[in-house]
Amino acid sequence: MDSYQWSLADLFSYMSRNSDLLWEHFLSHLYMVVSGVGLAIVLGIPLGVLCTRHEKLAKVILGITSILQVIPSLALLVLLMLVLGLGSKTVIVGLLFYSLNPIVRNTYIGLKQVDASYIEAGRGIGMSPFQLLVKVRFPLSLPYIISGLRIAAVIAIGVVTIAPLVGGEGLGREIYAGINNQNPLRIYAGAIPAALIAIVADLVLGYFQRKLNFADRKSSPSTS
Amino acid sequence: MIEFQQVNKKYDDGFQALTDINLTIKKGELTAFIGPSGCGKSTTMKHINRLISPTSGRIFIDGKDISEYHPVELRRNIGYVIQNVGLFPHMTIAKNIAIVPQMKNWDKAKIDARVTELLKLVNLDPDTYRDRYPSELSGGQQQRVGVARALAADPDIILMDEPFSALDPITREQLQEELVRLQEDVHKTIVFVTHDMDEAIKIADTIVLMKDGQIVQSGSPEAILRRPANDFVRSFIGQKRIHTNDKDTNAIENEDDSLSMTTVDEVMVTQPATTSPNRGLAEAIKIMEARKVDSLFVVDKNRTLLGIVSIYRVLNSYGDESLTVKDVMKPIGYQVEPGTPLPIAVEQMTNHRLTNLAVVDDNGRLVGLITRGSIVKHLNEVYPAMIERFAWSLGEEA
Repeated sequence: MDSYQWSLADLFSYMSRNSDLLWEHFLSHLYMVVSGVGLAIVLGIPLGVLCTRHEKLAKVILGITSILQVIPSLALLVLLMLVLGLGSKTVIVGLLFYSLNPIVRNTYIGLKQVDASYIEAGRGIGMSPFQLLVKVRFPLSLPYIISGLRIAAVIAIGVVTIAPLVGGEGLGREIYAGINNQNPLRIYAGAIPAALIAIVADLVLGYFQRKLNFADRKSSPSTS
Repeated sequence: MIEFQQVNKKYDDGFQALTDINLTIKKGELTAFIGPSGCGKSTTMKHINRLISPTSGRIFIDGKDISEYHPVELRRNIGYVIQNVGLFPHMTIAKNIAIVPQMKNWDKAKIDARVTELLKLVNLDPDTYRDRYPSELSGGQQQRVGVARALAADPDIILMDEPFSALDPITREQLQEELVRLQEDVHKTIVFVTHDMDEAIKIADTIVLMKDGQIVQSGSPEAILRRPANDFVRSFIGQKRIHTNDKDTNAIENEDDSLSMTTVDEVMVTQPATTSPNRGLAEAIKIMEARKVDSLFVVDKNRTLLGIVSIYRVLNSYGDESLTVKDVMKPIGYQVEPGTPLPIAVEQMTNHRLTNLAVVDDNGRLVGLITRGSIVKHLNEVYPAMIERFAWSLGEEA
């Protein structure tokens, strides 16, 4: 089949004609990213805290999460598929594994970099270890943790486009359909929104990363 | 009252941080722990709120062994101020001060009132500062807030770990004065760690001097100044010893000779007023005026001493504008070498009725000047030590 000439107008008209379907893909794409990264946060932050408590354990945990991250994404998803079967569930677990490394690592580094004088002051005035974590160490390591989250989110949004290969939903469906039909309109209709999600996520989390830098907090809110 | 009984602290690596600390810290007094870095003063203080636990020995607060308290509970009842201030940067000033009352579950109105009261107490305007963040305050203001935070829950005991040492000298002095005034109002039991003897003398009721994990001497500032227990204390309180020899062992062995061993180097003025040989007479007068002296040493650019010129000689020849100081100067009559014992220099000055005596090295360079003023100044510095030695030797003979 010959590829035919198409214009931007064709792309818009295609997208508007199929807006319902594309919107559904978009939402399921987001859903998988948010669930995968969300689970990684729920699991990764406590793991990061645990790492700061036991240095030996830290090496083991960070070692495992690094290994998980270097497995090629397709291979990881296929391996998971063998265990969990086809479907979005497999994709979400895959994303969880992928996102774990930046989140655990940055939580660990963030908590460790908190100035010792704050810790000493906190202990000295009678904070329990838990209060110290929640009221002092955690807020002061937020920029690091959010930076980890940002890396995790951008990776996850990219990886999730191959979800259809293991039976998942998402914008990847549209891209693979376009490849199979040799229809560039469908490829773009899937790829452009996926890229936009990545860019927006990066910008938004980057904004929070700067915003939540409490180390030199000022009473007059500054935007920079 | 805080009591240390036979407290020892040995770290896992074998370092003996504290040895047999026995100490009573009186209620309502400001006790300063002082000593060189690594002497164990902070370590001792941190035992009081159980930031550090003793290897052996016991510590009592008002008769109760502190190991019976839960450490977190104990610390909430002891104020704590650290050197780096340690205000939490993500909390406003008001929240920083309110931390301990909050942990003690005071109600909000009471906390607000307390924050306002404390900010006033440490001379910060509550309306201006309560909603600011620590980074917006100067170092001195931050440490005021640090003190306010320590006072927040009205603890009986406050620990201060070199709280003012990171501040500039003017702010430091101001805060020291404020602390003294504050203490007159609040009468807390304050334990204050410092390495600055002037600071300790200024603020403390009792000074505890430490070295190598042991208490060397404790007592009122007056008692320590008058009766330093040993050379270490003496050197720490800035009293010049009368020996020439700075090495302790030699100094002790030579103690009897020590007075005669004082050399001109310790006594001399190192920057005497000088002029170069080619200066005009008017210039020479100007220098004398500026340095408030009646004669100048004439030195060349290598500081080789050429002669001396007095105001009288300059004025006698003042009319001749072509003359320079080298034309009117007089050769040096008497001089001594560095290392000359002071009594010999004094003898020379007495015998020859000199007002001053140049100290000149082997190469003919001027290194200093002995004047009557510099001798008096030196005597003044060693006098307390001499008195003490004198009294001690009398006691020995009696």
